[in-house]
Amino acid sequence: MTPRRKPADLSGWGRALRASMDVSRPDRLADITCAPLTGPAIGARRSYGDAALRGQGMATDMTRLDRISGFDPRTGLAEVEAGARLGDLLAAFSRHGWMPKVLPGTGHATLGGAIALDVHGKNHHRDGSFGQHLAGLTLLLASGEQRQITPADDLFAATLGGLGQTGIVLRARLQLAKCPGNAARVTENRADGLDEHLSLLDDPKADYCVGWLDATASGADLGRGIVEVAKLVASEVRARPAGRKVPFDAPAFALSPPVVRLFNRAYFGRVPAEGRSIIRPVSDFFFPLDRIGDWNRLYGRRGFHQFQCVIPDRNIAALREMLARIAASGLASPLAVLKRMGAGRAGLISFPAEGYTLAVDFPNSRAAAALIATLHDLTRAAEGRIYFAKDSLCPPELVPAMYPELPRWQALVAEADPERTLLTDLVRRLKLREAP
Amino acid sequence: MTETWIILGATSGMARAFARDRAARGASLILCGRDMDDMQASAADALARGAAATEVMAIDIRKPETFTPILDRAASLAGLINVAVFVGSMPAQSDVDDNPGLIAGTVTDNLAGPATFLHRIAPMLEARGGGFVVGVSSVSGDRGRLSNYVYGAAKSGFSTYLSGYRNRMARSGVHVMTVKPGPVDTAMTYGMGKLPFMTTPEAVAADIARGLQKRRRILYTAPIWRLIMTVIRLIPEPIFMKTRF
Repeated sequence: MTPRRKPADLSGWGRALRASMDVSRPDRLADITCAPLTGPAIGARRSYGDAALRGQGMATDMTRLDRISGFDPRTGLAEVEAGARLGDLLAAFSRHGWMPKVLPGTGHATLGGAIALDVHGKNHHRDGSFGQHLAGLTLLLASGEQRQITPADDLFAATLGGLGQTGIVLRARLQLAKCPGNAARVTENRADGLDEHLSLLDDPKADYCVGWLDATASGADLGRGIVEVAKLVASEVRARPAGRKVPFDAPAFALSPPVVRLFNRAYFGRVPAEGRSIIRPVSDFFFPLDRIGDWNRLYGRRGFHQFQCVIPDRNIAALREMLARIAASGLASPLAVLKRMGAGRAGLISFPAEGYTLAVDFPNSRAAAALIATLHDLTRAAEGRIYFAKDSLCPPELVPAMYPELPRWQALVAEADPERTLLTDLVRRLKLREAP
Repeated sequence: MTETWIILGATSGMARAFARDRAARGASLILCGRDMDDMQASAADALARGAAATEVMAIDIRKPETFTPILDRAASLAGLINVAVFVGSMPAQSDVDDNPGLIAGTVTDNLAGPATFLHRIAPMLEARGGGFVVGVSSVSGDRGRLSNYVYGAAKSGFSTYLSGYRNRMARSGVHVMTVKPGPVDTAMTYGMGKLPFMTTPEAVAADIARGLQKRRRILYTAPIWRLIMTVIRLIPEPIFMKTRF
């Protein structure tokens, strides 16, 4: 039986891009394996732009296909349906002393989404991307044919980070990592400027390492922030009860420049100059913003954009230039992150690359779009790349230089989805499946 | 000692959430339904989430002969047995209006089938002198509304059955809880437009868990529906006749 469809007006997490689409939400795998596909799969829609949108088309919401199909507590090998949320998997497997090796900044993201964007976490510098810890996956091609894919197959590298264009991932086999307890020891240190910030982030011994950045700071303070280094520890701490939801769209002044400057100064001052070390539940450490439900509403009805790039070490001066422009604009929100990345990635057009990654949120406005356009040009000139999971504004002509393996990916995708059934708004907007 | 739950209609969205909730508490689960592949997937999921043991058994609520293997299996279990009944079907009222032949099946799925099963398993539960029965009815059974009165009539019958069953079983220490969900965001309601005070299967499962702990007899979920249905029941018939919901 084909499940019912529902017309829905959906947006990405940033709420700046929207689409009217027809969505079905199957409860059983048999509901989607019985016929050729009619559109791409979508998950929790935690990508910021239009990676999970398909305007004037059909999509399959995978969130009810969220079961653990198999799990071996001796080896930590698990097979899971693609709609499962990563936070749910962390909770379920940590009971048995296991956890996903790579977790992004939100536990609401689904397994299928983590595959389609080949996400990374705070341990990317050591452990690589999400897809590098998969043993295989079951892919439903547009034709309706099912294939078992392993990392040795060409389709694997086209599917990881492949934006859902090779087919619908039904299940994936994850190699989990040992998890000593449910707590993390987090050491926080202030970085007073960009050079100190970058050197603190470049800590090859840290299991997990990430920097919060005060994107309003300028002059000598430019690039200041707080670097978190963490290690999982064997203690058991009680998880805090679920936090609150943002009940309505906030007015524009909530994130106006003076408010953000004040907030950032206070947030920076929260950590003593000599640093500190605290124990936190792992879920709070991995998913700090999940404690505030629907936090995207803080940006009001117009939503927001996130700019995220990775810049190779050799052109790190570009990062200083970007931060100076951002600070001068006064447009940044408190959500700004710097992180060291390694080279690890599983897919042909996965985001991760060796260097430093910068992510900054901006309330949606014309001025923000203009600033982000400048940041895109700087990224391109610095031989960096932008992250499709976050993008809502990049000009398509910049992409081929950022993703040199795009032609190879295009060839594999053309074979897997010849009728172009699986296009998403992001793929159309960035012309990812069109020859340059 | 782990608790054992026999879950009828185990492929429904609410039953899945309930099975997960019980699995996390380390229960043993016997999942009963028609789609064996789907139940195998749910059983594996329950096991990974902490269930002590799982098994799946075929049942077709319209075919009472399919009850027998499950009853035999229940008889072979040691200790207390708990039963949760999630079976049911809801054809659109307009489909029923076009084809009154659908009424008999609706009454079987929601009332005659589950009641027959509960009646047959009753002596076994009584003999063991404890355990819980969860019967999932619906707020639709509280009054016959223009838009859904055939389904409502069947659920009303099931609520009434459970009321009497509760009386009978309590005499042997078995606690029977009637669950009356309002609209729940499942495959059954998906695409039906925006429904008022919609809740999620996970919230229903959490409400059932709390209800069992407090030994509630009638549980509305979301809880606001107790108030809403009280008001709806109080509307005098001449006025109620004019409503179209």
